[in-house]
Order: sequence, then structure tokens, then C-alpha cells
Amino acid sequence: MTSTETDSTSPSKPCLPIVENFSRRAAVKAGFATLGAGAFVAAISPLRQAAKNTSAAEFMQTHYTELSPEQKADVIARLEAETKEKYGADVTIGDDRPIPGTKFVYAINLSVCNGNGKCVEACHKENNHDRDTNQSYIRVIEMPKGTMDMEQGSTTYTGVVPKDDKFYLPVQCQQCDEPPCVDVCPVKATWKEEDGIVVVDYNWCIGCRYCEAACPYHARRFNWKKPEVPAAEVNPDQSYLSNRIRPVGVVEKCTYCLHRTRRGKLPACLEACPTGARVFGNILDKDSNIRWILENKRVYILKEELGTKPAFFYYFD
Amino acid sequence: MSRIANLLFAGVVCLIGAMIFVATSPTALREDSHTTPDAVSPVAPSDDIRFQSASESAAKSAGKPETYPTVIRKPSGPPRIELAGTDPQGRTGSVACSTCHSVRQPNLGNKTAATLDEFHQGMTFSHGSITCYSCHNPDDSDSLRLADGTSVAYQEVMTLCSQCHSKQAESFAHGAHGGMNGHWDLTRGPQMKNNCIDCHDPHAPAYPKMIVGFKPKDRFNAPLDHSHDHEGAESHDEH
Ligand code: SF4
Ligand code: SF4
Repeated sequence: MTSTETDSTSPSKPCLPIVENFSRRAAVKAGFATLGAGAFVAAISPLRQAAKNTSAAEFMQTHYTELSPEQKADVIARLEAETKEKYGADVTIGDDRPIPGTKFVYAINLSVCNGNGKCVEACHKENNHDRDTNQSYIRVIEMPKGTMDMEQGSTTYTGVVPKDDKFYLPVQCQQCDEPPCVDVCPVKATWKEEDGIVVVDYNWCIGCRYCEAACPYHARRFNWKKPEVPAAEVNPDQSYLSNRIRPVGVVEKCTYCLHRTRRGKLPACLEACPTGARVFGNILDKDSNIRWILENKRVYILKEELGTKPAFFYYFD
Repeated sequence: MSRIANLLFAGVVCLIGAMIFVATSPTALREDSHTTPDAVSPVAPSDDIRFQSASESAAKSAGKPETYPTVIRKPSGPPRIELAGTDPQGRTGSVACSTCHSVRQPNLGNKTAATLDEFHQGMTFSHGSITCYSCHNPDDSDSLRLADGTSVAYQEVMTLCSQCHSKQAESFAHGAHGGMNGHWDLTRGPQMKNNCIDCHDPHAPAYPKMIVGFKPKDRFNAPLDHSHDHEGAESHDEH
């Protein structure tokens, strides 16, 4: 008995620690696995939130520049239907492409701008911005006289304008010829088109906000929440790369109103300007107003030393 | 044991594969976006096509694309003076300048609104040292008068202003002064422009002060009163 017992225990003797060891390792592994799974669930929870609002078609959609005309038509039809469903508005989303032989340039007469902010409001309405935050692509900066350093200004001024010791500097996307925002985008969701407009494919943007940090003009905006626009206030003249209502969690910016300007019209902010400070046009047309201004006025660009080469000019007269 | 290790290894290999795929496919896109952004066929909006075909047919006949005009708004005519009193039926009315001025001698001695004792009193006038008859026509009160004595209709007020404000007139002619509407591309549609007196009161021409109305609430302005993290939810009522 004893011998058999010893026999049975002696071969199992080396086994015991192994069995013990195995169960300890299993327990440790199980522990880590649970932790890992927990962390994973926590990490993807925003994705699950987003997935709730993402149809399979949207998820499978490819980059704008790779869409065939048929795919593009499908995408646009889907987006129009979604706008109807989510906002109750009938809209037409165009696919406006650059006009050959066009390079858009903007200029603002700072001697005339009085900081009234009508352009800011016009942008807000034209581009279907969130009503709650009064979002707009334009900031008008009240500047102390004697400097062009926009960081010295303030955007919070109110009341009667213009104030005697100030001038007013409206700043929006400068459609840089060397756009730092485009260089930093890890997924190429933003790029510069032939007419100079820097655009964003809102369906390709992953919302990392690198571009927002890279832009020296603070021109990019992030959609922290779903834009809220009452159906009656939705501007129905939309374009895929422009003022269609953007989804939550993506970056957007001024597109020189390409849904208007690529159809030959003036930008909304220009039409709204009561002082006539804004001038817009095609710099490749040598008879254009904008060319005359560049050739005859003292013209400034913002943060010239950064080498971003803006397509946006400021002048005094 | 080794099976779990194998599975783990396979998982890691898959992950690396996926990362390489993600890293390389946008690189291809980058070249695309810079060199051939127009590889996709340009789909013009419907009104675009309409304007283009219209201007194209014109281009064929004239050799040069037909352009729409730049329309400068004009005053509707001589101003009318609102009457203070009412007729027996209680109606008010307005009269032309000539109603009174055709039967009164022009008083060229009146230099400012302050020396008027009967009509036009209390008028604000702040326009340098010019006098009433520098611009108004003493011989025909329903028209204006240029410095050389030629009479000019009220509709042509810009001709009058441009005599002194030639710098502004030059800028205006090149779109660098005065507000506008419509099209930048005149081959696709017209442009409408303001005239001088749309923005400047001819008697006190300084551009009026304005009140700032609209303010975005962003990080450069006052913080949102209800700013908080939405944790990925689309709106306030979803979390
Ligand atoms: S202004 Fe900013 S957002 Fe616009 S192109 Fe330049 S860097 Fe990009
Ligand atoms: S936020 Fe969007 S557009 Fe900007 S860098 Fe990230 S992915 Fe690109």
C-alpha cells in the first residue's frame, strides 16, 4: 500500500507543481485577458457610437478622387436622402469641379472693413453651420493700429464699430499654395484642387485634427457635435466638397463657397459685406478686378514668413 | 498552449499586414490628389451647363465669349419732398423739388443748413466747404450741376461725385470700392453694384457706424455655457 502510494505519488510529485503552475498561469492570463477585453471595449466605444450613425454604404465608400461617376452619383443620392431623413430638408448636392483656367483669389480692403461681422453671419447661413454654436469659417479680429500680427487682436469685441484706435482683420482659410494642413493629414482627406481651393472629403476625414493644429490661420473647425439646423433654414444649394451638412467628428473649413464660385457666382461673405471691402476673382484673368488690385494697391499677406503662400490678400488705400 | 501562441502569432501577423495596407494605400491617393485631381469626370451643375452652352454658341458667332453686363444701381430720379401737412381728406403727399423752387429765386448766399430760415431746416450737412449750389442746379432744381456748369440728372449722381472723388471712382471702376452682388464670372451671369449714395449720404457722406450683431461661440470667443464632452454622442439628448 505504502509502496504503491509512494509509487503513485512519486511520479505525480513532479506533476504537482506543474499542475499548480499551470493553474496560476491560467489565472494570470485570464486576468490579463479580462483587462485587455475591458480596455478594448472602452477604446472602441466611441467607434460603436459612430457606427450607429454609419450605414454600411458609407463605411465602404472610397476616397472622393477615386469614385467613378456612377459611384459618385450613388454617394450623392445617399447623402441627399440622409439629409432628408435627418434634417427634413430637400437639398441638391452638386459635384462642382474647378473651372479650367481659373485660380481663385480673395482680397480685403482693410481701410474700409469696419468689423460689423455681416460676412461672419452670411457664412454661417450659407454653409449650413450649427445654429447652437453660431459657427462660421470667418473670424473678424479687432486689431490695434500699427501691426499686422493677428495674434495681437481680439475677436470678442462688441458694440459700435469701428472704434477709433482699431482696425478690423477678417480671417478665413487663405487657400494656401503650400498648405501645411494638407501635408499633415495622415489619410489625405484634404487636398488642394486646380483652382486653388483646399477641400476636405468629409466622408474620408478621420477627425484626428492634425490639420487644425497645423493651420497658422486657425482656419479649420472641428464638428464637436452634430450640426443642428432647422429644416427651414437649411441652404438647399449644396456641394459634396462644400456646404453639405457635415457629419459629427470631422474637420471643415472655408471653401471660397465653391458651390457658388465654381458656378460663376460671388462668395456669400462678399455679397453680404455692406462696406464693399471684399473683392474676389480669377487671378489668371489679366483684366480682372483682383489683378488690378494686386498691381495697384499696397498688398499684404498674413504670416508671410511661414511660406504658406496664401491666395488671400489684404490692402489699404 | 502552443495553439494559443500560434493564434496569437497569427493575430499579430494580420495586424501588421493591415497596418502596411493602411499605410500604403493613402500614399497612392496622395499622388493622385496632387497630379490628377480632375481624373474624375467633371459633372457640371445644371445651371452651369445652361450658361456655358449659351456663351459657347455666342462665342462661335462673335469669336469672343459674350458677357453679361455689370449693372450699377441708379437712384430712381430726383428726390421727392414729403409734405408735413395733410389735405382735407387726410392724405399726405410728396412733391418734386421744382414745385417750390421754380417759383423761388435761388439764394446763392446760403452756404450751410444753419442759415436756412424756412425749409430744409435741421439738415445735417458735413461735406467739406461745398455749398448747396455746388451740386444742386440753381436753374433746374430737378437736376444736379457739375462744376463746369453742365446739368446732370439725379440718376447720374456718380458722375457728380467722381469730379472730386476720382481716387474712389477709379477704385470703383476696378471693383475695389463699393459693394457688389451676382457673378464674378460675367460669361455666366451679370453683376450688380451699388452706387455712391447707396452707402454714403451725400450731405454727410461718412460711412455710418454699425453695431456688431452676430458672434460665433468658439474657442477664440467666450466659452460655451454648456461646454462638456459629448463622448462621441451626436447631440445632447443622446447621452
Ligand atoms: S489657411 Fe489653414 S486651412 Fe486654409 S489652406 Fe492654409 S493652412 Fe490650410
Ligand atoms: S482631421 Fe481629417 S482632414 Fe484633418 S488631418 Fe485629420 S483626417 Fe485629415
